Amino acid sequence: MNNQNRGPLVHIVKRGSIPWYMAWLIRGAAIVLALLVCALVTTLLTGENPIQIYGAMFKGAFGTPRKIWILLQNLSILLCISLALTPAFKMRFWNIGGEGQVLIGGLASAACMILLGDRVPNWLLIFIMVVASIAAGALWAVIPGFFKAKWNTNETLFTLMMNYVATQLVAFFIIVWEVPKGAGKIGIINQTSQAGWLPQIGDYKYLLNIIIVALLTIGMYVYLNYSKHGYEISVVGESERTARYVGIKVEKVIIRTMLLSGAICGIAGLLLVGGTDHTITTTIAGGRGYTAIMVAWLAKFNPVTMIFAGLLLVFLSRGATEISTIFGLNHSFADILTGIILFFIIGSEFFINYKLSFRKSNKKEAKA
Amino acid sequence: MKKIIAMLLALVMVFALCACGDSKAPEQPAEAPAEAPADAPADAPAENGAKDLKVGFIFLHDENSTYDLNFINAAKSACAALGFSEDQFIFRTNIPEGQECYDAACELADAGCSIIFADSFGHEDFMIQAAKEFPDVQFCHSTGVRAHTEGLPNYHNAFASIYEGRYLAGIAAGMKLNEMIEAGEFTAEEAKIGYIGAFTYAEVVSGYTSFYLGARSVCPSVTMDVTFTGSWYDETAEKEAANKLIEGGCKLISQHADSMGAPTACETAGVPNVSYNGSTVDACPNTFIVSSRIDWTPYYLYVINAVMNDEEIASDWTGDLSTGSVVLTEVNEKAAAEGTAQAIADAKAKLESGELHVFDTSAFTVDGKNLDSYLADVDSDAAFEHETEVISDGYFHESEFRSAPYFDIQIDGITLLDTKG
Repeated sequence: MNNQNRGPLVHIVKRGSIPWYMAWLIRGAAIVLALLVCALVTTLLTGENPIQIYGAMFKGAFGTPRKIWILLQNLSILLCISLALTPAFKMRFWNIGGEGQVLIGGLASAACMILLGDRVPNWLLIFIMVVASIAAGALWAVIPGFFKAKWNTNETLFTLMMNYVATQLVAFFIIVWEVPKGAGKIGIINQTSQAGWLPQIGDYKYLLNIIIVALLTIGMYVYLNYSKHGYEISVVGESERTARYVGIKVEKVIIRTMLLSGAICGIAGLLLVGGTDHTITTTIAGGRGYTAIMVAWLAKFNPVTMIFAGLLLVFLSRGATEISTIFGLNHSFADILTGIILFFIIGSEFFINYKLSFRKSNKKEAKA
Repeated sequence: MKKIIAMLLALVMVFALCACGDSKAPEQPAEAPAEAPADAPADAPAENGAKDLKVGFIFLHDENSTYDLNFINAAKSACAALGFSEDQFIFRTNIPEGQECYDAACELADAGCSIIFADSFGHEDFMIQAAKEFPDVQFCHSTGVRAHTEGLPNYHNAFASIYEGRYLAGIAAGMKLNEMIEAGEFTAEEAKIGYIGAFTYAEVVSGYTSFYLGARSVCPSVTMDVTFTGSWYDETAEKEAANKLIEGGCKLISQHADSMGAPTACETAGVPNVSYNGSTVDACPNTFIVSSRIDWTPYYLYVINAVMNDEEIASDWTGDLSTGSVVLTEVNEKAAAEGTAQAIADAKAKLESGELHVFDTSAFTVDGKNLDSYLADVDSDAAFEHETEVISDGYFHESEFRSAPYFDIQIDGITLLDTKG
């Protein structure tokens, strides 16, 4: 037999563009497959009925009006951070520093609430908080941006390091402001006077955050798709040289974009500290600075798609909490399920961009 | 091509980070042996009320933390003692000390719970926030300090006189040191205890001081080094702290932090360990001596019974040796000195009769002087004003003016290696 002409059994071919419905078909199939694998794992490992588990997850996310509000609140914070990271990522600037930028924005808000709580009228305090947290977040992002623009330092490492600096700064100030002494926590700031608490709309605690982030989403969509800045960001992202050639000042774009990115992270910090938690802890961002990167990628940097990607992740985590409560499963089990589902969803992008082509000439050779 | 590789690398990194961010679950420690549930409830539950009562529990971590495991076991044994069915209690684990606690408490109230318990100090403000919104639901927070000044009829604190338990555990430590001195392992002057504390908070200060006084009551030459980790749960930091203390010449280790870090470090180094929150004998069969812990079952039973019988709940409840709230685990004969169990029993009887006081002012000095007066910060306010005289009749009255400890004096013989705060 002449084997020399044989190629490998399978090889990977880049697809041209495929129609949008095919792409969604592949994505849908991936989710169905993921759910099947999860069901299998669940039954094998725990002996629980997977349908019940999915039911519980759904109930945990949407079961009561309060649960829906919490879901939307979590979504809005995650979405806010994702929106913040998007322009940077579109520019191929790997901003891993969302966590730190949110923390430092939150720290600025908390500082204003603690230090100025009784000294200035509430409207002025809130105004100062907004300015301070936006400035703090922007500063935290523009430092690595500036170094990247001037000396081409590695922004991934730089932004990552800034996260640790921010965490330690927060830890330090918690000790400075702790209540009571030695307790290592600040607790709710201005619990009786409510100074610096962002106003509540009607009876809905989380509505303000949700509205602000909804407006940000629209704003970001317009900014990226219909503004000159947005266009410059995409050109720099595609090729810095092209950008230079057409006369875009790359350094300026990098710094400007990072200022924006950090500022929106600062808003997320403000919403967390001033809007909901009214305290600051080192874990207040809760890893969302990293999860947001995944949301942004999954949505291919489209702010509207990001709503759905974020919703999926928040749904998974809220549902996971519920099943760990109802079935007495450890929270880690829920993380396993989330991992499986994400694996399939990200995997499906591979099949949208590439196709496997199998060796076809087998039969012919067999005859010959 | 480079771009694709860069993108892939970035993605891989992101996932790695996400994974690190979430993977808080530590290694599975040996499950503390389920000790016999506390005695049957003091007053029998009203049968009809028991059927439709629902109770919610909020825990900071899950069973992997010795601290939370202690609460979870107590909640389980209280529910079992009352004959609750599965749908009469809800456990919420891994609830951080933030808005999540408020959300969890409100969700439990929505789900029809009439009593909601929370176990971590940092939950307090968020429990109060929820208590204001649900006046018909009882919110009971362990280890908190604000109920006695807050004036909310449906918000309650509880703690136990755990300093007495620590004192008894200290006796076991002192006897172990005596045994090692007699065996010629080191001289009496070298007898030094290492202690790992979480924060410089009064609860920790009260704990290590009472432990030290217990040890010194049998081993007069003992000194103690204390180090702080700045976290209630940090396995790596606790392990490193234990190793640092052992290298610094400490002959015995105890801790007030919630992971298995210190006990396992002791087992590896072969240094005796007096534990907290429950027995660690399964993971540390050669070095575990004894552990003091608060048994929360009596408190849970007290509150649930009070609600079923429409009785008022104390705003600030203190358990002690007599309520069965302060308990010691079995002494591990393999590691402990001979006669330890008997010595503990003797001292316990004296504590209960009032013949012995842990913070007897003749038993310790501050800067070389005995104290005859001390103002403690009992009503925690923002100004940290020390307003209450707590020394009278020759001893410091701990956990009497409020349940949570307020002993925050640095006494002679104890060296703080580092103070985070």
